[in-house]
Amino acid sequence: MAACSIEDVLAKVEKDEAEILKNITVHKELELEFDIGNLAAFDKNPADVGLFRKHKKEEFLRSLARDNTQLLINEMWKLPTERVQEAVVAKLPEPHTRLPREKPLPKPRPPTKWEEFAKLKGIPKKKKTNLVWDDVHKEWRRRWGYKRAKDDTKDWLIEVPESADPNEDQFARRLKAKNERVAKNELNRLKNIARGQKVSVQVPPKDQSKAELGKAMQLARISTASVGKFQDKLPKEKPTRTVGKKRSFQPLIGDFNMEKQRQLDLLKVMENKKPRMNVTRAVNRQMREEDAEAARHKKEGRRGGKGGKKKGRGGGGKGRGGPKSRGGPKSKKHHGK
Amino acid sequence: MRPLTDEETKALFEKVSKYIGENIKLLVDRPDGVYCFRLHKDRVYYLSEKLLKLSTNISRDKLISVGTCFGKFTKTMKFRLHVTALDYLAPYAKYKVWVKPGAEQSFLYGNHVLKSGLGRITENTSQYQGVVVYSMADVPLGFGVAAKSTQDCRKLDPMAIVVFHQADIGEYLRSEDTLT
Repeated sequence: MAACSIEDVLAKVEKDEAEILKNITVHKELELEFDIGNLAAFDKNPADVGLFRKHKKEEFLRSLARDNTQLLINEMWKLPTERVQEAVVAKLPEPHTRLPREKPLPKPRPPTKWEEFAKLKGIPKKKKTNLVWDDVHKEWRRRWGYKRAKDDTKDWLIEVPESADPNEDQFARRLKAKNERVAKNELNRLKNIARGQKVSVQVPPKDQSKAELGKAMQLARISTASVGKFQDKLPKEKPTRTVGKKRSFQPLIGDFNMEKQRQLDLLKVMENKKPRMNVTRAVNRQMREEDAEAARHKKEGRRGGKGGKKKGRGGGGKGRGGPKSRGGPKSKKHHGK
Repeated sequence: MRPLTDEETKALFEKVSKYIGENIKLLVDRPDGVYCFRLHKDRVYYLSEKLLKLSTNISRDKLISVGTCFGKFTKTMKFRLHVTALDYLAPYAKYKVWVKPGAEQSFLYGNHVLKSGLGRITENTSQYQGVVVYSMADVPLGFGVAAKSTQDCRKLDPMAIVVFHQADIGEYLRSEDTLT
């Protein structure tokens, strides 16, 4: 009895093991291709279409998927493993399937302003060496960058040139010049990018009128955290007269002399603007003179016939004096105008 | 009350110099005292600095008038000269028109001066020139604008207008309420 039971037990265990193995092993005619790096398995076995049609489609597909996944996991268990924080981790190999691009191809960089000009003029690109011989330090140094060959900001002695202010700091001057160059380069770089992207970067326009520049300067001055309160004035900056909505007037009892001077200046400007010679007045004056001449000649003609030269001259003199005396002093005043 | 801005000063000077020309400098720069223009409720007043300092003691709403009112600024910032400025325009006037005694009363009632009422006129007055109107006794009556130049005045018929009326001293009675 016990032997029977033992045999039974052994047989049962064997059967169980076979069952488990059956579950694990999958029989395929063609071996699958594995790309463990991508966790992929490619099954090239032709699907049994008859079986697919006969059985329920869902069941067929599920069993197929199950078999292939089993094979894939069998492959994964063959990989070298390591323990990472109580978990068994398998180290995947490199994937060897070429996947298609996720994003489109990048567009080529648009040419910079210099590149366009060089292309236009036909200037070829000259290859420059990275290292340059520095005579001062007697060694090879790079052309640009950290510890470069010719760095004028690093001179320990600078001679003050003849034409410069003796109190000027030459070191600071060189440093400022370098900073300006760097800023200019950065600006040009950004401009090139902006031109390429056709994005509206806030670069100030080139041709601005005096009023626009003044307005821009005022806005820039108040565009600080404390709204321009601690902003120093430029050397020649004039105080703004009208800022904001509130109109500001001169004080009621201000400097009377200054007020008088301003008014006189205004009058001078107005006088200069007025035209000096009025055409109609000139014409009128000419007409009046001609009338006077005509009247004089008429009188001379009448008197000349009767009396001698003296009388004629006297009559002429009277005639000459006559019409002009009416507007004499007054008209003479306006001749200057 | 406040001083005039540059634009307002320019408008004022342009108007006044139509009547007195460059003699306006004598109003601005006087040898006998410091005089200034001030704006109060759109009206321009001409007053000495002494008077100005005294007038600061009166509040704005209570202050009606200071010194001499030259005129007022309209809503569109045009300057209109009032007859109260005549005392300062008359002595410096460049172009004068004398009116016959008969037409004097007509002018003082606010009518224009016709050729029949014209006594004398300064030589080479151009057309639309600002003129000061006098009676034959050299009493300033008001001011106006010459409708025709002196040349053309000679050839006009008696009913034609020679001077457009702008202000006259009869306004002191007619528009007593509005003048300040």
